[in-house]
Amino acid sequence: MIYREAGQYKTSYAADQAIFPILQDRIGLAILLLVAFVGAPLVASDYILSTILIPFLVFSVAALGLNILTGYCGQLSLGTGGFMACGAYAAYKFATAFPELNIVFVFLLSGGVTAMVGVVFGVPSLRIKGFYLAVATLAAQFFLIWLFTKVPWFVNYSPSGVISAPPRSVFGFYVTGIEATSHAKYIFCLSFVALLALVAKNLVRGRVGRAWMAIRDMDIAAEIIGIRPLHTKLLAFAVSSFYCGVAGALWAFIYTSSVEALAFDINRSFQILFMIIIGGLGSILGSFLGAAFIVLLPILLNAGPTAMGAPLSTSTIAHLELMTFGALIVFFLIVEPHGLARLWQIGKEKLRLWPFPH
Amino acid sequence: MQHAAPRTIGETLLKVEDVSLGFGGVKALSGVSFDVRRGEIRAIIGPNGAGKSSMLNCINGFYQPSDGRITYKGKARGAMRPYEAARDGIARTFQNIALFRGMSTLDNIMTGRMLKMNRGFLWQCLHWGPAQKEEIEHREAVERVIDFLEIQAIRKVPVGRLPYGLQKRVELGRALAAEPELLLLDEPMAGMNLEEKEDMCRFILDVNEQFGTTIALIEHDMGVVMDISDRVVVLEYGRKIADGVPDEVKADPKVIDAYLGTGHG
Repeated sequence: MIYREAGQYKTSYAADQAIFPILQDRIGLAILLLVAFVGAPLVASDYILSTILIPFLVFSVAALGLNILTGYCGQLSLGTGGFMACGAYAAYKFATAFPELNIVFVFLLSGGVTAMVGVVFGVPSLRIKGFYLAVATLAAQFFLIWLFTKVPWFVNYSPSGVISAPPRSVFGFYVTGIEATSHAKYIFCLSFVALLALVAKNLVRGRVGRAWMAIRDMDIAAEIIGIRPLHTKLLAFAVSSFYCGVAGALWAFIYTSSVEALAFDINRSFQILFMIIIGGLGSILGSFLGAAFIVLLPILLNAGPTAMGAPLSTSTIAHLELMTFGALIVFFLIVEPHGLARLWQIGKEKLRLWPFPH
Repeated sequence: MQHAAPRTIGETLLKVEDVSLGFGGVKALSGVSFDVRRGEIRAIIGPNGAGKSSMLNCINGFYQPSDGRITYKGKARGAMRPYEAARDGIARTFQNIALFRGMSTLDNIMTGRMLKMNRGFLWQCLHWGPAQKEEIEHREAVERVIDFLEIQAIRKVPVGRLPYGLQKRVELGRALAAEPELLLLDEPMAGMNLEEKEDMCRFILDVNEQFGTTIALIEHDMGVVMDISDRVVVLEYGRKIADGVPDEVKADPKVIDAYLGTGHG
């Protein structure tokens, strides 16, 4: 009853092509943004901000990146962790080599560097598809991590091999380093994520996104209507790696403040892949839902039994987590390949008719 | 799209000379020559495996002929990729539907405008100003195609959910959105019922008459082919056995032997 678009007539194509053509969605988004930008910082504790919300935002960026490549362009990649590491180390090198450079530009530049690396590892995608491409990107994963572990230049010859984020401020507020409050970090992260999500949405609803989806759905037909496969795929690799690189930089600088290459190992790649499978392949919303799900699940598994008076041991929780992920991925792949985002959409369609089923 | 022009058949648009194509030991085409004139509807017929689809694949750059020459708009073509053919104004549909199943009807047809959209990547990121204006301009062109094909009701429906006949129509729409000079249709009526066939015939004739688009089509329904096409070329085992106006071809004993007389009564 409440969620109805009846009576909302579109009189121009611009209105019909808006991101949120339905009024209720626009109101919902405004409320969400208000809660995220104002409500959460006011209410949430440091603990919630730094262990739930900030990692959720960082994971969302990575999931957006992988979703562009795998969900929209159909190129399976297992190199996400490697590209995130690339962004983290590039940001570290930029931040230490140019201390005057604003941290925003440091992040954007590190995304740019990662985009170039991504393009290099995307070249095989012209010739190979599916699992074989996944294996090729696996090479990127292992090579990049090996590189950052073995070459001391990347960590400025620090003997521990760990990079620590130098303190940097935006508008007078520290957003990295020990002096940064989790509130400042959160707002900074959130602004980045909101902008990146908007750009991603703009890309996928326009010419570029249609070219990606055409390649995903049927590459032969795409080529016959004039889409150049290599250009399109490499663009997807570049944009995807840009997002992953920024996610890695945010991870290293905002979330953990200090990081070693092993934080971005193959498990990280799988984790992001699970996010987009559970959240929804080929959906911007799905990237966020998947990230939220995977960040929250361990916490719920931990808190749930404790609240019910049956605390589980840490190792049981870790195992439970793996089992739940495994079961859910099988479930989603079989029952709903478009993930939580699709369930959300079905829910909305049902709501439009409710309470009259026909 | 242009306004209705008087239907005229002009100079040669596409010329195929001595084209051969082999896959390993199999000769799909051997020494086939024919031409397509601007503004006509040209049919390619023949029994299964005669090399009709291979011929279309050669024309739009999907296969490279191993021998022979293809001249398009007066220029001999070298080896080329399908997207280059698309840029030269050749569009096509497929025998087994090749739509983008994850996308809506509207988006599928919008992909047909891909080559005409050229706002850069940064504008696409913003999706505002010139990029939005371009998007709307092309949306208007696509809406004209949607009106023409009478598929307004399924604009926002993912094509995977559409019935077969409508999918074929959307695929034609995608090809039309590119405003091609030469439209290649690979069995546009395969698997359709009588009513759908009649609709499709109407659309093909209208495209040809209203927009002056040259059409080369492959079709098995002899009644349809003989009714709508201006000239027919008949292939058998990769060779051309007849070429001419429908009545000539129908009367040709070789054609009757190879095709009409035996297979289809």
